[in-house]
Amino acid sequence: MSAPTELVRQHLIDPEICIRCNTCEETCPIDAITHDSRNYVVKFEVCEGCNQCISPCPTGAIDSWRRVAKDKPYTLEEQFGWDELPPQTEVDAGGVEDMPEDVVRITAEATAGQGGTVAPPWSAAHPYINLYGLARPAVATCSGNFRITADDAPSEMHHIVLDFGNTAFPVLEGQSIGVIPPGEDANGKPHHVRLYSVASPRNGERPGYNNLSITVKRVTEDREGKPVRGVASNFLCDLKKGDQVKVVGPYGATFLMPNHPGSSIMMICTGTGSAPMRAMTERRRRRIALKEGGDLMLFFGARTPGELPYFGPLMKLPKEFIDMNLAFSRLPEKPKQYVQDLIRARGDKVARMLADENCYIYICGLKGMEKGVEQAFADACRANGLDWETLLAQLRAQSRYHVETY
Amino acid sequence: MGPEESTKFEAYLRTAISVDPKGWAHFDYVKMPEYRWGIFLTPAEADRRINFGAHKGEPAWQEVPGEYRSTLRRIIVTQGDTEPASVEQQRHLGLTCPSLYDLRNIFQVNVEEGRHLWAMVYLLHAHFGRDGREEAEALLERRSGDADNPRILGAFNERTPDWLSFFMFTFLTDRDGKYQLAALAESGFDPLSRTCRFMLTEEAHHLFVGESGISRAIQRTCEVMKTRKVDDPAEVRALGVIDLPTIQRYLNFHYSVTLDLYGSEVSSNAACFYTTGLKGRFEETKLGDDHRLANDEYPVLDLAGERIVTKHVPALTALNERLRDDYIRDVEAGIGRWNKVVEKAGIDFRFKLPHKAFNRRIGTFAGAHISPDGRVLSEAEWTHMHTQWLATESDREFVASLMGRVAEPGKFANWIAPPARGINNQPLDFEYVRFN
Repeated sequence: MSAPTELVRQHLIDPEICIRCNTCEETCPIDAITHDSRNYVVKFEVCEGCNQCISPCPTGAIDSWRRVAKDKPYTLEEQFGWDELPPQTEVDAGGVEDMPEDVVRITAEATAGQGGTVAPPWSAAHPYINLYGLARPAVATCSGNFRITADDAPSEMHHIVLDFGNTAFPVLEGQSIGVIPPGEDANGKPHHVRLYSVASPRNGERPGYNNLSITVKRVTEDREGKPVRGVASNFLCDLKKGDQVKVVGPYGATFLMPNHPGSSIMMICTGTGSAPMRAMTERRRRRIALKEGGDLMLFFGARTPGELPYFGPLMKLPKEFIDMNLAFSRLPEKPKQYVQDLIRARGDKVARMLADENCYIYICGLKGMEKGVEQAFADACRANGLDWETLLAQLRAQSRYHVETY
Repeated sequence: MGPEESTKFEAYLRTAISVDPKGWAHFDYVKMPEYRWGIFLTPAEADRRINFGAHKGEPAWQEVPGEYRSTLRRIIVTQGDTEPASVEQQRHLGLTCPSLYDLRNIFQVNVEEGRHLWAMVYLLHAHFGRDGREEAEALLERRSGDADNPRILGAFNERTPDWLSFFMFTFLTDRDGKYQLAALAESGFDPLSRTCRFMLTEEAHHLFVGESGISRAIQRTCEVMKTRKVDDPAEVRALGVIDLPTIQRYLNFHYSVTLDLYGSEVSSNAACFYTTGLKGRFEETKLGDDHRLANDEYPVLDLAGERIVTKHVPALTALNERLRDDYIRDVEAGIGRWNKVVEKAGIDFRFKLPHKAFNRRIGTFAGAHISPDGRVLSEAEWTHMHTQWLATESDREFVASLMGRVAEPGKFANWIAPPARGINNQPLDFEYVRFN
């Protein structure tokens, strides 16, 4: 199986707006811009995307981007011949050209585990993307902030409800929003944008009101365990009712749930990776009466029940609505159990669902978890006479396999 | 400073706060009295040399060379004198702005022209002692169009009566500024070179305002012609947009007046400026010759009775003409982009630059009568025909009749299309100017 082509952003100059003033060529520190008698163009293999040319450009023509296959960028000859930019492709259409650099980078890293870009499920609703950028963020008001891990649990997670008042901020389950923490960093620059998956369904945490929820873990140490205070997470976890938050986005056009009747969803998550799963589950729960069919299967891992976000509400869901599999790795006097152990234990059903063309798979949690999950999938397949590698290729081709790990 | 009666307005401007790319494109709201002009010089190049003329290869001067003092001062005064002139010519245009976006742009152009004046005054003060200070004073006292104390160059005493003239001025006459600054940026006098280099980056915005302004007017006219299926200029005018032939006549006027700014085709002054290392050619260091030009020739136009002929003269004396030719090539490309707009709309009309000798007041063709296609005319023919080629009083009256004020965010006057993009990626309905 050949790896899907990697899509990258190519920096271009809009020949219809450009006035050929040479400012960009003069500004570029690494001579990535050149011109002929007709057009100014950017050398794809030289440009590092440092953006130094962007604000000096008097016209805005320089701020043009297209998604291209990494091995097939527009050549200089093509660019010299243009009277206008090539039309935007599907992936560009969501305003990707204006996407904050942080968001593009985080998204690329988070989705690396699914092996490149995939399309959304065919029955996904059409998402709105990047309605609010850094220059003009939406302002939301905190209308609720609840701790959702046990008071004595070492990790502290919050369920935070943001109200957008009269500002339109439409989201779908699986999309993320960006939060701009107030203030400046040590260098006097605005803080980087942090991304949070939406934890509520499309019609709001409270249906009919213009709000959404996110799941936030208070960061008190880095990945090596050294103490560090997460700027955005602490700001969010400390929000009081009525506090204002600057929000950009929404983002995400692929990690979306199927909407057709009879579609099944398999969800594997840890920690705050549960946010999109809660959104999808809640969407289905609110539509139970419609009897649309399809199964929900959840594998959810935490160290203890007290550290499992939304443990209480989950326990209240009817068994026939969702097949719930909770793995705990730090229960006293019990062997450590991880999500991949439960996937293996439920191998028969898992294999059946993987092979079902109406079942869509979602993995969300800490970076690296997808490896263990894939191994467990491979084992489950082997035990049921399926070849995981072949199946994975199919899953990707059919937009049924979605990974977001960070 | 800025448009009349605007001291309380807050305009969303780009203010230079330092010369690095991040610093000189700092966007925020500014009130005119609070706008601060900095003195910005592109960082010094270590060990910069003089790149042309008799001193080629010698270290660039950091102080004014005594023997060229008065010549250099004259160059700086002439350049400096042009900068505030346009501000004086344009002050009344705020009252007839076609949109908030355009109003913001005229603020931006004006503050930068003001800063350019300041940059030249700074050079006079810092490097030319008492006579420099006196020249700077005189510079500040002259006024565009003043009968007693006018600006030095003709084009800078013309009126800018309406926004079409303003856009033509920024497209054509500010582009002369670009070429003069580019030639001075090559100067062996390093502080002048560094100052002009930075000014060039700002000048680009003015060219943009002009080019896109005309382009938007053309686009709007074409849209109306297309949807209403009219092409007779009178019918087009009746629909409240500027007919394309009128735009062509404005172009002819501003173009020919601006060509005069380059001076005589053959000029010993120009040769002297070059040989002494004070003023180079456009992109001097990118040219592949000996940079002394002692034995080179350059073609210039001449008048031989009823005909226009080309003659070859020593390249050193033809440097004005050469810079004018560089300029013309640049303008041609811009006209080509306007024609794309017309072409795209499927309208059978193309803008065309008039002949280089058309309507000139300075140089070989001063006093001659040349048609836009380069024929030598009798005075009678010229008198009979020139109203077809140059904007007339009635053209200007018509254009003026369209100049109502539109100052609501996101709204544009009927005669002009919205721009393709907002400033600094802001939306088109952004409040580019706040009236307080």
